[in-house]
Amino acid sequence: MRVSLEVNGRPLAADVWEGESLLYMLRERLGLWGSKNACEQGECGSCSVLLDGDLVCACLVLAAAADGAQIRTVEGMADDRIGRAVQQAMVEAGGVQCGFCTPGFVVSIADLLSRDPHPDELAVREALAGNICRCTGYVRIFEAVQKAAASL
Amino acid sequence: MLGLPRTRGVIGESVPRPDAPAKVRGAFDFASDLHAEDMLYGRTVRSPHPHAVVRRIETSAAAAMPGVRCVLTAADLPGKPYYGLDKVRDQPVLVGVGETVRYAGEAIALVAADHPEQARAAAAAVQVEYEVLEPLTDPVQALIEGQTLRNLVIRRGNPDAGADVVVKGFYEVGQQDQAPLGPEAGLAIPDGEGGVDLWVATQALHVDLRQVADALALPPEKCRIRLAGVGGAFGAREDLSMQIHGCLLALRTGRPVKMWYGRDESFVGHVHRHPAWMWYEHGADREGNLVFVRATIVLDGGAYASSSHAVVANAAIFGCGPYRVPNVLMWCGAARTNHVPNGAMRGFGAVQSCFAHESQMDRLATAVGISPLEIRLRNAMRSGDRLITGQVVSGAAPVADLIRRCAELPLPPPPADRMALPGGAGNLAEAADVKRAEGWAIGYKNIAYSEGSDDYATARVRLERRNGHAVALVKTAAAEVGQGLVTICQQIARTELGVEEVELLPADTLIGDAGSSSASRQTWMTGGAVREAARLVAGELLRRAGPPGRGLAGGHVVDDEGAPLAPIALLLDEPIEREFEHHHRRTGKLDEHGQGDAHVSFMFVAQRAVVDVDPEAGLARVAQVATVQDVGLALNPLQVHGQIEGAVAQGVGLATMEEIQTRDGVIRNASFTDYLLPTALDMPEVVSELVEEAEPDAPYGAKGVGEPPLISSPAAICAAMRAASGRELCRIPVRPEELAGISETKPPRQLTPGQPPA
Repeated sequence: MRVSLEVNGRPLAADVWEGESLLYMLRERLGLWGSKNACEQGECGSCSVLLDGDLVCACLVLAAAADGAQIRTVEGMADDRIGRAVQQAMVEAGGVQCGFCTPGFVVSIADLLSRDPHPDELAVREALAGNICRCTGYVRIFEAVQKAAASL
Repeated sequence: MLGLPRTRGVIGESVPRPDAPAKVRGAFDFASDLHAEDMLYGRTVRSPHPHAVVRRIETSAAAAMPGVRCVLTAADLPGKPYYGLDKVRDQPVLVGVGETVRYAGEAIALVAADHPEQARAAAAAVQVEYEVLEPLTDPVQALIEGQTLRNLVIRRGNPDAGADVVVKGFYEVGQQDQAPLGPEAGLAIPDGEGGVDLWVATQALHVDLRQVADALALPPEKCRIRLAGVGGAFGAREDLSMQIHGCLLALRTGRPVKMWYGRDESFVGHVHRHPAWMWYEHGADREGNLVFVRATIVLDGGAYASSSHAVVANAAIFGCGPYRVPNVLMWCGAARTNHVPNGAMRGFGAVQSCFAHESQMDRLATAVGISPLEIRLRNAMRSGDRLITGQVVSGAAPVADLIRRCAELPLPPPPADRMALPGGAGNLAEAADVKRAEGWAIGYKNIAYSEGSDDYATARVRLERRNGHAVALVKTAAAEVGQGLVTICQQIARTELGVEEVELLPADTLIGDAGSSSASRQTWMTGGAVREAARLVAGELLRRAGPPGRGLAGGHVVDDEGAPLAPIALLLDEPIEREFEHHHRRTGKLDEHGQGDAHVSFMFVAQRAVVDVDPEAGLARVAQVATVQDVGLALNPLQVHGQIEGAVAQGVGLATMEEIQTRDGVIRNASFTDYLLPTALDMPEVVSELVEEAEPDAPYGAKGVGEPPLISSPAAICAAMRAASGRELCRIPVRPEELAGISETKPPRQLTPGQPPA
């Protein structure tokens, strides 16, 4: 079936198999490899994207259900100042090691800061509890959130 | 002096990772992101049975399905049908008809199709008939039956020594998964001339190459293994996963083949940390000075050898901790069972025995009547002391210093709100019921390969002029797996060459071996190779410059005073390129008493955990882990602290929640829904301090840093949970029912510490 959607401001379309996830469509059909496939069960947040402004795991959304939606992926995060601030803070704070979880964190943190520009520690931990990082122990990611918030 | 040229981004600075900008944009290619024109998707058919004989494999229905291009079985293998690490290659590439399946998840057949769903459907349509056998799942029984991958005895002093104070204990460590977020993945592309290029997420390109080339019956130069982006490793990528399979499908179909494992498949697609059962007996004098340790350590090696050989050595050699112990009898063995093979995971054997020896030290402290801190200080190993193998610690061993400094680190504030209590979001704990306590543990481990291995790494460094300025290019085959080696290599090249622009060339097997990114060895080994190659380049540059040129800094040749003489770029009409193969000091083998200089160097750590426990509800939350680590020299302090924090997270996981649940030889929780990993809400505060005492043999004096904080943090956390709850808690991860006192772990058998299972 044909699915049309807007990704990072660009209208895109692809023929998908009915069972395909939005994650599969983004990656394998549209060549947007930034959203990652770590658990494909909605547990790790590596595939976090914004769907009509809501933070979702792209692995849990059927591509067909995203027909007509506006999607923002990690590839589009540099389009606004919050996204750019988050990206820069993650680099500088050392919030990146292997980097497999990083795209999901960038999207989740940008989403958090767009709703709550100055989150306290608990708000940060709660907002990021759906993103698993296996390398950093989260410490430098928390720092990156505060660094990004301070720069905005 | 002002105005002298200075190079930015050298060793000692907290330089950001060079790959981080691409990673935050989603523009970094991990192995599972790779794709090629006309690419097929590979899929593995796996045995559901842990022990069975394959009687028949019927592939015709699968081969006839839409989109299916190829189905392969063991009958199609062109080369050596077995692979594995070290000297032992005992793992079948595919289990064929008449052969025996030895773990649930073992590969039987391969499928390649146009779409991954077609490949999945075709894999399900391959019919395999099994004669199901009883699985051997009890490692102690396996050892009694002679199913031994390795056993090692260490005898030192008088193994029968007696002491004034004696404590005995049994300890168990569950099976931890490395759980790297990036799944096993790779892309194999046939070169049209019978050879193949494989882009893969791995820890060791040349180790893969030797196994892949043999399995394909190709000369090594026809197989080029190239590092794809690696989404974490922690030991999970030392053994092969899809490497041979992907190449077989690509060579058979003549088309690029991509394979990636889903999370469920990943749990059977890589080795795990050995579960351990440990019987210990410690003796001390009335002041708490250790007199003897006797111990029996049983590790479940699973179905195949993997790295059990070396894990047994580590569990045993470091099995008494960084203490002076005059009399030792240690028996350690890995059993061959019908479980998924166990092998490398960060900490590599030392994690398991650390839990036992540190639990024992606390018992001993109680029995002697001194504090956990005091018993450790009293017995702490110092430079010049001997390991239980008789080896003298010739380098830095600031163990007492680590403990004292750790005790001085600030304690955490009380829980700020309900969310910070055990049970957090579930609103389960009553603040009045919560008890806070601290626990201590110290640990140590080797750096680099051991027991006589010729451990080396290769680097090529080139200095050339580009657009009028000097650029260094660094080439190695070392795997960047997230640990930050790329940053370190750049910092080293800048330090030696005085140029700031350092380009890292892709890692592949077109250069000499770098060994594996494991054993905390790459900074020492590949870092050392880059340093020496760069020094050769620098030597040639200074020869071209002539006197009074003495050094390189800020893009200039400088004199003794550091004053600039000439831009480096001006001397590069001809580029300079040098290669260096860096070997570390040769280690020796262990004799029949487990004595010998098996290791090149050691790294030490002291940790204090503070845990809040609700002993009625069986809930715990780790509030803080404090770490003081012996690092030699911190080449990049930001990265060192990042390694400590990440290792602590994995230690929190092992102590409190992470365990692969296996029943009748089958993994029951092969998903991130059921295998629990610490999240942002579980993560404690981490405070850490580095002790920098240069290691004599190490490049720049820098030790490895990745493993130590995972060695002792589980033991420290469990000790705190014990202190808060008053329960025995002899196994990790600690189960809520044990913390609440509803159940208790009992030894599976009564074994005599120091004696083999009988």
